[in-house]
Amino acid sequence: MTSKDTAAKPAEPSRRDILYIATGAAAAGAAAGMVWPLIAQMNPDASILALASTEVDLSSVPEGQIVTVKWRGKPVFVRHRTPAEIKAAEDTPLSVLPDPEADSKRVQKPEWLVIIGVCTHLGCIPTGKEGEYNGWFCPCHGSVYDLSGRIRSGPAPTNLEVPPYAFIAESKIKIG
Amino acid sequence: MEGHSQYTPKSGFARWLERRLPILSFMHDSFVSYPTPKNLNYMWVFGAILSFMLVAQIVTGVVLAMHYTPETTLAFDSVEKIMRDVNWGTILRYAHANGASMFFLAVYLHIFRGMYYGSYKDPREVLWILGVVIFMLMMATGFLGYVLPWGQMSFWAATVITNLFSAIPVVGTAITTWLLGGYSVDNPTLNRFYALHYLVPFIIVAIVALHVWALHVTGQNNPSGVEVKDVKKETVPFTPYATMKDAVGIAAFLVVYAWLTFFVPNYLGHPDNYIEANPLVTPPHIVPEWYFLPFYAILRAIPNKLLGVTALFASILITAALPWLDTSKVKSAVYRPLFRKEFWIFVAVCIGLGYLGAQPAEGAYLWFARVLSAYYFLHFLVILPVIGKVEKPEPVPESIDASILRGETSHV
Repeated sequence: MTSKDTAAKPAEPSRRDILYIATGAAAAGAAAGMVWPLIAQMNPDASILALASTEVDLSSVPEGQIVTVKWRGKPVFVRHRTPAEIKAAEDTPLSVLPDPEADSKRVQKPEWLVIIGVCTHLGCIPTGKEGEYNGWFCPCHGSVYDLSGRIRSGPAPTNLEVPPYAFIAESKIKIG
Repeated sequence: MEGHSQYTPKSGFARWLERRLPILSFMHDSFVSYPTPKNLNYMWVFGAILSFMLVAQIVTGVVLAMHYTPETTLAFDSVEKIMRDVNWGTILRYAHANGASMFFLAVYLHIFRGMYYGSYKDPREVLWILGVVIFMLMMATGFLGYVLPWGQMSFWAATVITNLFSAIPVVGTAITTWLLGGYSVDNPTLNRFYALHYLVPFIIVAIVALHVWALHVTGQNNPSGVEVKDVKKETVPFTPYATMKDAVGIAAFLVVYAWLTFFVPNYLGHPDNYIEANPLVTPPHIVPEWYFLPFYAILRAIPNKLLGVTALFASILITAALPWLDTSKVKSAVYRPLFRKEFWIFVAVCIGLGYLGAQPAEGAYLWFARVLSAYYFLHFLVILPVIGKVEKPEPVPESIDASILRGETSHV
């Protein structure tokens, strides 16, 4: 092959080119494999994943009260809602909600509201029975949540999260 | 800026070492014979002050690390132990905590100096960007360190700042969990923050070395903004001239530092940080350290999570684009009548944002914060590019000597 031929049309990849690329790709793959543990070690470890469920006895929570339990290091609010509170939450039209979600979608039994007590803005703990709707109010940046833990005003983008939970007895739930 | 080394090894050992590692001539050329413009004023001492503060923080930090325990049930008490039991522990801790404040005070003056005299312009763009990188690493270090005492402000600062990343679409929550090592700020978070708080300062040392290297390639800017034309006539050797002037600056700076440390050590701190961290109670009013307040005001001014977080990061990163946003060919504000006014308005806006960052985010405060945040970005994106085009600069002297003879250059 003369130099003129090379200039005219691209040379066929040689056996050596393929070996170069294959070796380079193998080295890059191996390097990524070695870096992965260094990155993944920062994710939650086994002991943290193991603490992923909590049981709550609801019989000790009188109507109108909120109890706070710890789940995955975060507070979970369990609110025993009064009939008036349930009605207020259910009667709120979806059109006024920044993150529209019906109250019925957020509870398993209307009298029990179970939500993660972490403001969806920047993670502060909202205070209960405060704010315009007597739901929750976040003291950090002024987000206001209603009686269903739905965002009504302020910088928070979404409603307070509902954790996965199940009624394991008439008045006992398991969160997580 | 310098030509061949003027250093001649005097002793036999120096000659022996020079042939193997020319470190003596390197140090001599960098810190003794290095030519500095002879019209530098006292605003040029902050480089030395910052170097001093970096060393001071590392030294006090390393000794504090010998007594501190990065574990959630012990951290707060170990800090109290430092305050009560460790020999000289009170002074060491106060020197480190107030040292952070003094470090930021110096870096802000250093940055505003660069802005006023156009130090970021051709050929010093890389020098400037390295400075922005150092500033961001300083902010990271300051934040990581503030978490370690594990008080209420520590805990909630960590919560709010790590949650900034949850604003990132799709992967935000996964990134936050990864940063925390859990679903909330807890022991894994404290432990890694301690490791990183120890690491990042040494990365800063490395970037500072690049910053100084870049500075020594282009040479220093000076109050006239005119480049050195005649090294013999217009510069003086770093030692003794700059060394002595820097020493005076450091001494004056130390007076303030010592006053804070010895007389009002908690003046800049928040009393809530003497309450141990409680993951179930958020303090009614979260405020960051004073040096983050302007950026915090920008974050809170915007009633949308993603946009607020974007604005926060943009307000810092935008300074890196300054060399290209400022369209004026003239460096120094001394010859720029319009820019000179705009500069002081911008300083006032930054101080105003700092004030608003400490106030509750409601009512009139919020509206002022919105106006000032808008002005902050307008300054960079509109006002600076336009001023450079419409302003008629005053006559720029031909050389540093000419500027001195005209009696213009300030000798603060």
